[in-house]
Amino acid sequence: MAQKLDYFKESPSQTAGPYVHIGCLPNMCEIGGVYDDDLGATMLSDATKGERITITGTTYDGTGTALKDAMVEIWQADADGIYPGGRDPRGPGDPNFPGWGRKVGDYTTGEWTFETIKPGAVPFPDGRMQAPHITFWVVARGINVGLQTRMYFPEDDTAADPILSRIEHQNRVPTLIAEKTGEGQYRFDISLQGDGETIFFDF
Amino acid sequence: MSGGSFFARDRSWQPPALTPQYRTSVARSPSRALLAMPQTLSETTGPVFAPDTVRPEDADLIHNYAAEGQSAVGPRIIVYGRVMDETGRGVPNALLEVWQANAGGRYRHKKEGYIAALDPNFGGCGRCMTDADGNYEFRTIQPGVYPWLNRANDWRPAHIHFSIFGEAFAQRLITQMYFEGDPMIRLCPIVQGVPHEEGIDSLTAALDMTRTIPMDARAYKFDMVLRGRRQTMFENRVEGA
Repeated sequence: MAQKLDYFKESPSQTAGPYVHIGCLPNMCEIGGVYDDDLGATMLSDATKGERITITGTTYDGTGTALKDAMVEIWQADADGIYPGGRDPRGPGDPNFPGWGRKVGDYTTGEWTFETIKPGAVPFPDGRMQAPHITFWVVARGINVGLQTRMYFPEDDTAADPILSRIEHQNRVPTLIAEKTGEGQYRFDISLQGDGETIFFDF
Repeated sequence: MSGGSFFARDRSWQPPALTPQYRTSVARSPSRALLAMPQTLSETTGPVFAPDTVRPEDADLIHNYAAEGQSAVGPRIIVYGRVMDETGRGVPNALLEVWQANAGGRYRHKKEGYIAALDPNFGGCGRCMTDADGNYEFRTIQPGVYPWLNRANDWRPAHIHFSIFGEAFAQRLITQMYFEGDPMIRLCPIVQGVPHEEGIDSLTAALDMTRTIPMDARAYKFDMVLRGRRQTMFENRVEGA
């Protein structure tokens, strides 16, 4: 016998279920009048610094069917590579940018769109710079624990990125790189399973 | 606040992605292993919500959708508890968002087809933030059980969905609260995806008659635990040092 370690166990995750909209985006599912706005629905104001970009995508299951009930959240740095809100030790960041957004797929197509800015680069713990990226978190009916991934940009040099270069299966890295579809327009589809399965991280 | 990294998530304690008795997980579970990577600022920071993000009335589901002078139908309950991390420290200013079915087991959602009646005075959403010690409280009605298309005759136990933001995106969590004594818990394929009985117990709120408001509402206690954070002097080393 040895001394006891006094840790608590993390609460087990449970699926967000099909009606996550009710709790997280009630206004978009016709529960009006309770909250003024749905949190995370708008990331930009005129005062936000940085290059405006649009990211559109769809989440697909292992049969290739679009998820119509997924909720996607993003978390990203501001245009200078600082995480806003006051928890980044390097500075307060852009006061006009929350860094966080939340969308649900369209009920018919499953597609979602974020209007945001291109993030600046953020360092790895050893000081090397990471390629600019956006953290994605996906929850839905049938997903027991939220899935976390990252989106990178096709115009950036990702070959030397401290995380991407560590990935053994380099043939899967393209699943993390968005497709540029126009000026400031990107497409980033997420595939939960099978051929082309997106890399999901355990950070 | 320390910028240290978070304890590794114990995946053997969490439900696996593939739980075939929960049919939808079969095509929505990654077939390849999650890729472990060192945490960076992208994971050790997270969105910050100002205290005025929520209003006190947001935490009252009995009234926040009800017509003037009306209230939701169902057993009135207080749900309270503490959000802490794995070291037992309270997590202040955590944003909690909740959603649930009404007392008859019906959600207010256009994709919902259960025959139980909608309650015109119940929306089903609420939110609140934890205080400086991690405590929270809201008021609602006890949701009903309902059937769902999974296996031929599956019913969900009474439950309240919780979405929790701690102090970093690494702690982001969605879970569900169940009610002590509900016989449907052990029959539920979603609950039973949690591999340990103690894990299921940790999602089961306890009836607390001490906090009950006599002649008004019973109380249920539901604590939640988010990932803990390293506080050691050896944490912020340069790689290889």
